Amino acid sequence: MSGLEQFQDRNVSQNYYKVKIEPYPKTPWEKFKRVVRKSLKPDLLIGLKITLLEMLRFNIHTIQYPKEKLPVSPRFRGIHRLLRLLESGNERCIGCGLCEKICISNCIRIDTKPDENGRKIPTEYTINFGRCIFCGYCAEVCPELAIVHGQEYEYASEQRAQFAMKEDMLTPLDKLKEQKEYPGFGAPTPAADKLIKKTPLAY
Amino acid sequence: METAFIIETIVKILVVLGLFSALAGFATYVERKVLAFMQRRLGPMHVGPYGILQVLADGIKLFTKEDFIPQGAVRPIFMIAPVITAATAFIAMAAIPMFPEFTIGGYTVRPIISDMNVGLLFVLGVMGIGLYGPLLAGMASGNKWSLLGAARTAIQFLSYEVVTGLSVLAPVMIVGSLSLIDFNNYQAGGVGEWLVWKQPIAFILFLIAGFAETNRTPFDLLEHEAEVISGYATEYSGMRWGLFFIGEYANMFTIGFLASLIFLGGFNDLWFIPGAIAILLKVFFFIFLFIWARASWPHVRPDQLMWLCWKVLMPIAVVNVVITGIVMMFF
Repeated sequence: MSGLEQFQDRNVSQNYYKVKIEPYPKTPWEKFKRVVRKSLKPDLLIGLKITLLEMLRFNIHTIQYPKEKLPVSPRFRGIHRLLRLLESGNERCIGCGLCEKICISNCIRIDTKPDENGRKIPTEYTINFGRCIFCGYCAEVCPELAIVHGQEYEYASEQRAQFAMKEDMLTPLDKLKEQKEYPGFGAPTPAADKLIKKTPLAY
Repeated sequence: METAFIIETIVKILVVLGLFSALAGFATYVERKVLAFMQRRLGPMHVGPYGILQVLADGIKLFTKEDFIPQGAVRPIFMIAPVITAATAFIAMAAIPMFPEFTIGGYTVRPIISDMNVGLLFVLGVMGIGLYGPLLAGMASGNKWSLLGAARTAIQFLSYEVVTGLSVLAPVMIVGSLSLIDFNNYQAGGVGEWLVWKQPIAFILFLIAGFAETNRTPFDLLEHEAEVISGYATEYSGMRWGLFFIGEYANMFTIGFLASLIFLGGFNDLWFIPGAIAILLKVFFFIFLFIWARASWPHVRPDQLMWLCWKVLMPIAVVNVVITGIVMMFF
């Protein structure tokens, strides 16, 4: 099962049922009757049966984490990725600086210059992951889908300097073909066109 | 006393000590695995194939851990208490016949360290002394959780000694001996001769009391984590804590052997199964039962524990003894 199906299941019916609680015994004779009834009922044996059946059924739910991993939701906000244009391989970033502006923990820093074609390109792009709170504003504000959130969630490191590598985030040129269009946070939804409504001007 | 006897006894003691220390370690692995499977987990998987070397890793950890003694503790008593638990657990095994007699190179070995005529009484008495381990540990620790654990030790062990004693009294009356070998020989005639058919109530009472005496889960009040941190063992670390653990598992094996010998035919041959394997199967069934019950049942409260002992189990045990006596007198 892909991770997405689990998250898209919004069918949360509330099947409550009330537990029957028998009235508390008042007289000693009633207490005695309850003790005898509970002792002779096979409740304890039923408990043993359930655990034994579970053992024999061997339906193990453990995920052996470093070896096996659960799929993450496509909308998960992991380590950022900088995408490239699929045809030319140029960086998608147009150096507008919106991400730097909107970043609420001030962890993005961008430097730009015009290249030989007169197109603005980022010369430096760093995200200080020691500060980043992965709120997703940068991905949401980016007009070009240039900075997006990846699926990577194991980002412990020994060096602070490794928390801000542009090379790690940018799609390498030789892996350009594997770059997929981003379906997650900040990207237009599949049915985006249908959701567009006329601006109500009836005021 | 002849030299051969002394050497034989020492060898037996070393074998029992080594074997049951190793078995106690192995039982922790089995317990963790079985509990895990019953809870849809995998249990230890990383050390060695299927985590089998986890026992070794735990042992190394226990041996190399700092042996910490708190400032407010009574040092000598604090240090000696775990030894009492482990020692009594092993001494109790001295009177238990583990296997049928066998011959090595023309020399007949009786796999019992000391065949005394009051074997059952000796085992129960020494296991009763085991109460001093947790009691002194808890009182010497200088810690309120330990003190609560010690208080619970006193009420629980003392109360359930009564049930154990009274429940085995009826089989003792039927067999007419306190030697465990006599118990075994009494049931030599096959499954139909097992004492469990004559004394089913005594068997159930003995098992319930056995759970309480070995401090296993439905009556795991001495170190009930949710209430008293770790009870009497709160301040212990390293191998001293390990000794408590070995003592508990050795006691589990002792209760398993006792229940097999008294009620389930001991080491007599069972159908086509030879006696030595038959008793091993029985003992391992009891060990599995201990673990199984731990996975299935919740703890009881201390007041429920006392209620169960004095208002339910003890009267039933007394009535059982009386009825057994009347039946033996008139039939």
